[in-house]
Amino acid sequence: MNDKRMTVDQAVAEVTDGMTIGIGGWGSRRKPMAFVRALVRKGVKDLTVVSYGGPDIGILCATGQLKKAVYGFVSLDSIPLEPLFRKARQNGTLEAVELDEGMFLLGLRAAAQRLPFLATRVGLGSEVLKINPHLKTVKSPYEDGEELVAVPALNVDIAFIHMNRADALGNGQALGRDPYFDNIFCMAAKKAFMSCEKIVPTEQLTSGGPLQSLLINRMMVSGVVEAPGGAHFTECPPDYGRDEKFQREYAATAKDEQAWEVFRTKYLEASEADYQKAVAS
Amino acid sequence: MSSAEATRADVCALAVAECFRSDGEIMVSAMGTTPSLGARLAKATFAPELLMTDGFNLLLRRALPLGAKPTDQDVEGWMPFGAVFETLWWGRRHVMMGASQIDQFGNQNIACIGRWERPKAQLLGVRGAPGNTINHVTSYWVPNHNPRALVAEVDMVSGVGYDRAAALGPESSRFHEIRRVVTNLGVFDFNTPDHRMRLVSLHPGVELQQVIDNTGFELVIPDRVDITPVPTPEVVGVLRELDPQGYAQKEVVV
Repeated sequence: MNDKRMTVDQAVAEVTDGMTIGIGGWGSRRKPMAFVRALVRKGVKDLTVVSYGGPDIGILCATGQLKKAVYGFVSLDSIPLEPLFRKARQNGTLEAVELDEGMFLLGLRAAAQRLPFLATRVGLGSEVLKINPHLKTVKSPYEDGEELVAVPALNVDIAFIHMNRADALGNGQALGRDPYFDNIFCMAAKKAFMSCEKIVPTEQLTSGGPLQSLLINRMMVSGVVEAPGGAHFTECPPDYGRDEKFQREYAATAKDEQAWEVFRTKYLEASEADYQKAVAS
Repeated sequence: MSSAEATRADVCALAVAECFRSDGEIMVSAMGTTPSLGARLAKATFAPELLMTDGFNLLLRRALPLGAKPTDQDVEGWMPFGAVFETLWWGRRHVMMGASQIDQFGNQNIACIGRWERPKAQLLGVRGAPGNTINHVTSYWVPNHNPRALVAEVDMVSGVGYDRAAALGPESSRFHEIRRVVTNLGVFDFNTPDHRMRLVSLHPGVELQQVIDNTGFELVIPDRVDITPVPTPEVVGVLRELDPQGYAQKEVVV
């Protein structure tokens, strides 16, 4: 069967300027950071990122590669607001589509189900509708006649996710306590790539965790990358927690142009292998 | 904090707990220190039926101290974010959020200060506030009651207030309810004919004029204004157990 193993750089080679990228994980949790770093090395521009945002959005803001961010929030969790994203917003350098967190999920699900929209009560009465003039309402065709928000599909060109384990065929396993919405990201995308902490033989997946942890099946992904530490500095339990010290160092670069240049040169221009060496020391 | 004498923070925590008294078997999501402490106090004392998470994805059968790590024995269920969304759309939830700004009808802003298009200060963003407020009961916590927080008009409506809910009509607004606003100065609700914010009680030691001076809109002041109940020594003891580090004591501005 189809062995889908590849490198992060081979996966990211498929990304071209102006694409819409979906990024899995949640805030500063199980983010496919090895892919994000590869996007920085490749230098693709004018990206739109669809994400429950964390440092993925912050980094691509700071490198100037992000044209537009579509998000339910952008947070580092232990630092409630992503500081590099904050800076981009306050400088007016980022086009933003800010959605309610649940509304964002409905947009992803609509894309995954190949629907134009999904209907919800979420957003009615709030200024989410004002800051997003593209959001429209629909009237229920049934007796109730209720007015609802039609959340448009968040269609994605390429999605990137990070799992704890996967096999070479593209079956992925999330061993943490929250699967987030990585499977929906894959289905909302034309193509999806998965990195993982470790590639294991298929028969070891079921012994490694409960059946429910097999979140990703091989229909969903076109490529599998073994990238130990691939979510660093975000958390990837049970393999590792968040590197809070590193995250603080990263966050501090929002206030110091020189510190950002040092961070960028040291951590983002190096290969993934050199990055892992640098953070291990 | 070993003294059994109640502080302002303790009064606030009890006032928060009271918001959840009649909720029954629903999930409480409390954002921030004092809301978390108050919700835990409710569960530990008069409302053990409430469902609560560890702030991540575990439903806990008992109220743990702030900052304590749950053990396997503390777990009664699983509530990953997907299930949180389903629960909030289902309506079996009461959330207490913070409010960077809140107006007289309970419109709340946590998104930004200034024009959203290019904010003077980017705050959290709307997060789940639009969905929470239109789907289930919401209360608010303001640790520093001042005219920049309780404002005539919020910069961006994140959580929906009563005037905007009413404008949607009875169908769309039927699940909207803002139960209470608890601040470091008093307790407020919206039980007025046009759902304007009303003073319910002043915390001990707070003067009415202090509240009026620190509110950026005209509050409804009823003929009778109560004093917010002070926790008994027994309840203060529970609060000390639930917040051994005294995080809430540091949060509440006196």
